[in-house]
This record gives sequence, C-alpha cells and structure tokens, in this order.
Amino acid sequence: MAHPVSEVFLDSSSGEPMVQEARQAWLQAEQAGWGDPMRLHRPGRLAAQALDQAREVVAAAVGARPDEVIFTASGVHANHAAVAGLALGRRRVGYRIVTTAIDHSSVLTAAAAAGTHEAVQVDHEGHVDLDRWARTVETAGTALACIQVANHEVGTLQPYAEVAEICQHAEVPLVLDATAALGRIDLSEPTGWSALTGWAGAFGGPATVGILVIKKNARWRAPYLTDDYQGGRWPGVPDVPAIYAGAVALDCWLRSGRKVGERQHDLVDQLRTEIVQRVPDVDVAGDPVRRVPHLLTFSALYVDGETLTLELDKAGFAVASGSACSASSEHPSHVLAAMGALTHGNVRIGLTWATTAAEIDQFLAILPPIVAEIRATVGTS
Amino acid sequence: MNEVASSFEGLSLDCRGMKCPRPIIEVARRIGEVSVGSQLELLADDPAAGPDLAAWCRMRGQTLVASNAPRFIVRRES
Repeated sequence: MAHPVSEVFLDSSSGEPMVQEARQAWLQAEQAGWGDPMRLHRPGRLAAQALDQAREVVAAAVGARPDEVIFTASGVHANHAAVAGLALGRRRVGYRIVTTAIDHSSVLTAAAAAGTHEAVQVDHEGHVDLDRWARTVETAGTALACIQVANHEVGTLQPYAEVAEICQHAEVPLVLDATAALGRIDLSEPTGWSALTGWAGAFGGPATVGILVIKKNARWRAPYLTDDYQGGRWPGVPDVPAIYAGAVALDCWLRSGRKVGERQHDLVDQLRTEIVQRVPDVDVAGDPVRRVPHLLTFSALYVDGETLTLELDKAGFAVASGSACSASSEHPSHVLAAMGALTHGNVRIGLTWATTAAEIDQFLAILPPIVAEIRATVGTS
Repeated sequence: MNEVASSFEGLSLDCRGMKCPRPIIEVARRIGEVSVGSQLELLADDPAAGPDLAAWCRMRGQTLVASNAPRFIVRRES
C-alpha cells in the first residue's frame, strides 16, 4: 500500500522537528560527553561538564538555580514526578490536588493517583476563573496545585503569575507546567512556583528529555526509588548527549526564537481570520491574543476529525486532531469538551520553526474544498 | 443498548450507537421539521454528543434545554 507523505509538517504540538544545532550538538556530545558523569575519568568529567552547562541553560530560562534542575525521561514523567513528589511531601497538610479542567492528561492522572483531584473550570477561551481557583486552593487540606503556562492544544495563556500569587498567599505549592511555553514565552522572571516542568521535544530537542525544576525550599520527596544520580531526585545514569542537545535547542529559541515567534503569531492570526472567512461553520478555539505563538485549534461542523486529518495528510499537510478516534480514544479531547468547543471535525495546528507564509497560504487554499467535499458526502453542504 | 423510556411528545431522534458527528448531523437535518419555539429530543450515547450538541446550539443560535446523556433536548429558536 502506498503511503502518502506529508510535505508540510504542522504538528509541533506533538513535537517540534529537531533543531539543526541540537542535532549537531547531540552528535558532538556522543563523541566527547558520553561518559558516566559521576566518574572521575576524562569521559566522565566531560559528561559532567556538559550536564552542568545544560542545567545552566535551563536554570537561566526559568529563573532558577542550576542545582534545582533535573532531567527526566519525558515531559510526562516530569509532570508525574512533580505532582506525586509534592503530594508526598505535603501528606501531613492534606490530599487535595487542584488543577484546571484543561491541564495535560499526565497532570490529571497524576493528581487522581496521588490525592483527591479537584479540577477548576475554565471559560470558553480556556482561562481559569481566578475567584474559583482562589476559593478551591484556599480550602484547608490542599496539598498542591498545578497550572499550565499555556494550554498544549489551544495555546491559551493562563494568568499564571496571578495564580502563583494566590498559591503563595495560601501557602500551597504550585507546579507550573511550562511544556507548551518553554522557549516561546519569557519565564526568566521568577514567579512563585515550587516545581516547573517541560519537555525538550516541544522545542526541537530529543523526545527523551524531560525537564523538572524543583525549588530548594519546596517540600518535595521522590515518589519512587532513587540513587546517587541527580542529587537523589531522578534515578539512573542521565543520557547526557540527549540532555545537552535539548539544552542547545532551548538556547536556540532563547537567542533567536523571538523573531520566529513573531512570525508564527502573525501566521496564526492570519489562519484565525481567514479560516472562518473561507470555510462556513467553523469554531476556532482559544484566546486570540494572549496565547503561545505557534498553536491553533479549530473544528469544522458536521465533519469527522479522522477523515479530515487523513484528507489533509493526502494533500500534503500533517496536522493533529482532538476529535475522538483520531486521538486513538473513544473520547474526544477533554480540553475542547471543558471549553465548550466543538470536538468533532477538529484540527490542531502547531507551526514549526521553519513554517513559511507560502505554506500557510497553501493550507488556506486546500482546506475549503476538502471540508466541502467531506460535508457533501454526508449531505450537509 | 440502554433503553430510555421517552415520554417526549415531539420529534425524537434515536441516534444511540452512532458516532459523532452523525447525531449532530441528524439534528441539523431534522430541526427544520419542528416549528420555531418547539423542542426536539435527541438520544445519543457517543461521549462527544454532549459537548458537540452544546457547541452546535451556540454556533447555530439554538438553545440546549436539557443535557442529561443519553437524552438531550433542543429548542428551535430560528
């Protein structure tokens, strides 16, 4: 069977293609920094140096100290460890774990497993209600809270600085999930979080590198067995070449990503405006202004998400979808459902570092006939 | 399949067993059969039916009167 090959990759929400500099750094570090960083021999010392540099890049990006930075095996692992570890450290206080209804599934499952999960509702654009958030967090017995900087599907920025302030005032530790925002939104000014999470795959580093930053004063305890590596906070020899490549990718975004971000923001603005002009009955989700630059989610009424994704792939565009089935699940995206957005016919676009204006024009040209054709087959055009 | 005792007087669409967007497509097709101000009942058990019917009503200016899966009631406003 011939498989169609997408020529334009618009699914950075699932993972940004690897940044060129990161790939080079990975190969370089594999030759020089492959040793066990706890050994005293030269390969070990070189690996330890590379690991230190990687910690410094991450620490500077999030306003933390290098020794507060841990590298895990994925963003999901980082979220699990942040939530479960603070829950463990705060057992004497209580078991309530507060999140929003649209946090990443790894946070929601960790919250349900480590305590009594309470999800605060969001509005139609995905913003958390700050009054409700405060009331829930301030209730006695709250172990911890977790919020995203930006939502991974619709891109909406949460009022995370205000949320952090509320949590600090209530003396409740906050996990800040920066997975969709790291490298794209300036997080170098310290806000009052206790743990911050990220994933190198989201910004063009290796998918095997998760980021977990735990403040020194946070009452966090490892919710798993540990050893001597990474200060007893994540077990096993770290994959230094991959970690180093991840730090180089992050550094690329921090140094030259602003221009890319501005271009992406404009292109998503163009998509938001023109999709509704060109395609009838489309529901565009998320905050149009206060958002990460690269993400866009929209849904076409009466269209099956799986069919739409496959037709776009045939036409040369790789996109994701939050509709049931296309998300390998019987259930549609919990994010879209919680926001009251249409869940069928959903397309999730994530622009990459390399996305061009010509590609977006091309996408806007092929989308209307594809949607019209699918609607015609179900008799709703 | 769940049997839902329906005492609904008006047009009732049984879309149980259908995957979204099919139930929403059926509502869109048949809403014209009820007069403005009257109600239509939808029976649907796909997990997306609840959120999608709410979104359809918002996009189409209709009112979701009751949403209690697998039973939903829509009032035609226009």
